[in-house]
Formats: sequence, C-alpha cells, structure tokens
Amino acid sequence: MNSERSKSYSLRRRAVVKELLAQRGDALVVAGLGAAAWDVTAAGDEPLNFPLWGAMGGAVPLGLGLALAQPSRRVLVITGDGEMLMGLGSLATVATQRPPNLAIVVLDNERYGETGMQLTHTAGGVDLGAIAAASGIPICRTVSDKKSFRSVIPQIQKEVGPLFFNIKIRAENLPLMLPPKDGAYLKDRFQLALLGTDAII
Amino acid sequence: MDSLEPETWPQDIYQVLVENRVRQVAYIPDIGHASLIKMCHKSNNMKTVVLTTEEEGVALLAGAWLGGDRGVLLMQSSGVGNCINMLSLTRVCRMPLLILVTMRGEWGEFNPWQVPMGQNTKQVLTVAGVLTFAVNDKDRIKETVEAAAKMAFEGPAATAVLISQRILGAKTFDR
Repeated sequence: MNSERSKSYSLRRRAVVKELLAQRGDALVVAGLGAAAWDVTAAGDEPLNFPLWGAMGGAVPLGLGLALAQPSRRVLVITGDGEMLMGLGSLATVATQRPPNLAIVVLDNERYGETGMQLTHTAGGVDLGAIAAASGIPICRTVSDKKSFRSVIPQIQKEVGPLFFNIKIRAENLPLMLPPKDGAYLKDRFQLALLGTDAII
Repeated sequence: MDSLEPETWPQDIYQVLVENRVRQVAYIPDIGHASLIKMCHKSNNMKTVVLTTEEEGVALLAGAWLGGDRGVLLMQSSGVGNCINMLSLTRVCRMPLLILVTMRGEWGEFNPWQVPMGQNTKQVLTVAGVLTFAVNDKDRIKETVEAAAKMAFEGPAATAVLISQRILGAKTFDR
C-alpha cells in the first residue's frame, strides 16, 4: 500500500467535477455516496442529479438502469474508488449491456474519505481502469493530470459508450456540501424534471 | 416434475409482466425461472439484464424507475440475502420493486447449503421492508403475481412472490 502517493496528485476533485458538469447539457447525473455526492452538489444542486446517501456499490447499476430506460439521454455516473470497489461486478454487467449513452467517472483518491481516509485497494496498486477494460467496457482511460483531463471531457460528454474514466485525484478532506437527504424527494424531483407530472401521480 | 406436459405457469407470469408494462427484466438465473427468462429474451418490449449479484438488480431497477421503466427482478431464495442493504434504496426513495423468488432449501431439498437462506427468506424480506406473497399451488401463481405487481407499482412498494419448491420440484443431480 502506498499511503503518501495520492496526497501529491495534482487534480483536485471539486474542480474536476465542476468542470465536468459545467458542460453537462441535458445529462442525467448519478452520484455515488460520500465525497462524490458532495462534489456534484458543490457544482450545483440540480433536479437531474441523483445523489446517493447509501446503497454502496449501487451507483453504476443504478446508472445502467437509467441509461437503458432513457437511451436518448446521456447518463453520467460520478463515484469514488471505494464505492466502485464494492460493485465491481456491475462493470461486467455494463459491458454485457453496452449502453452507448453511459459514462462512468471514478474519482480515485485511493481512500475511504468519509470514514477516516483509510487506504483503499487502489493505493495497493489495483487498477480500476484495467478492471473496466478487462470486463469488456470498450473505452477506458486513467487520467492523472489537468491536460489529459481537459482532453477527455468531450469524450465523457459525447462519445459513444459505454465509457469508463478513472481520474486520479488528490487525497483531501473538503467542507461538506450536502444535497437533500430525503430519497423520496430526490426521486420525485428527478422524475418530475425528466418525465413530467404524469410520472409522479 | 411429475408430468411430462410443459408447465403453463411461466407463461402466466410472462403475461402478467406484459400487462404490467414491465420493460427491464433483471435476473440471476434459476432453473425455476428458465422458461420465463427465455420468453423475456424473445420479447421486443423487454430488456433482459443478467446480473453478477442480485443486489445489482435492486439498484438497476431503481435507475429504471427514475427513467420511467418498470422492472422485475428474478432470483432464487439464496439471492435474497445478497440484497439487504441495497433494499434501503428502494425503501428510502419509496420506489416500486417486484421480485419473483423461486424457493430452494424449503421442501425436499437435497443440498443443505441452500437450507439456511431458504428457511429464512420470508423473515429476511419482511424485516427489510418487503411485502411477501408465498404461493405453493401452481394454479394460484398468476393471481399472486398480479396482486404483488399491483401493490408494487400502485404503492409504490417492494413486493416479493415466493414460489414454493413444492411447485418447482426438488432439484436432484440424477436427472
């Protein structure tokens, strides 16, 4: 395990997510629990965000179900390395379904951020991008500097997927930016914005 | 199975799913669901999603519901335990979830490893907030799935139909 490495990564999570979502268009955004959900909220709390407060390991399969239901909309899953590690099997399921509108972005700081910054498997060398590629996801990349990150933003937004991007980010504890916590409210506002009033009566 | 006649209840279930406008069918296969899975694969209106673990299906169908699709989750009783924490998503977000469970470890089971989960399936689902509907007569499967589907999608609620091993026949390795 390398306990120091991720402290010196140059990419900062809030800036990465802000830049990614600045050009989101009409994308539907699913955020994995913990810091990824706070980052998405820091970029702007929106009805078409679905931030998770639990259901660890569920961000990617939830994004897949949404992508299959809404094939004409871009679905962007933004989650952390710990959350992704709990649902690795879902990468195999995504590869099997091949939804062209699904992009997965992992913010990999090699830590469990909400529980005391303990090291995850990625600090021990586990390569999430390689796992995604070996699972059969056609486009997978690992990005660790600003120039490469900027160059992949258009791919994340538009390229025919499914796609998987592992973004190496600095390990840092930032102020909490909490989205609404009531799941029923999050669901209703999402469906209202996406499907209209018929969906929620 | 005692009879050489093909069973008609999988067709009955398929019909209920069609009538309920189910679009996403998530599953970990079980021999008891084999013909239903085949029918769903052939449907032009259903997307079938084979999972690596049953909890994936709970999250998948939450995403499907957010996007306007109704779904069903097929598994055997051993898979119920894999779903427990993910079921908090369905419950906290007040989403529908229809689960069709084929039972193992319940009636004449030859494999003792199936028994702990099979004997506790109903209790485990109940404490996780899922309404359960046990059925042990094949002529009642259709009406039971109809009732569970209605309470799931009209609720919304999480509901599970437990299809008894008495209907499926105990599995053996000497077929």
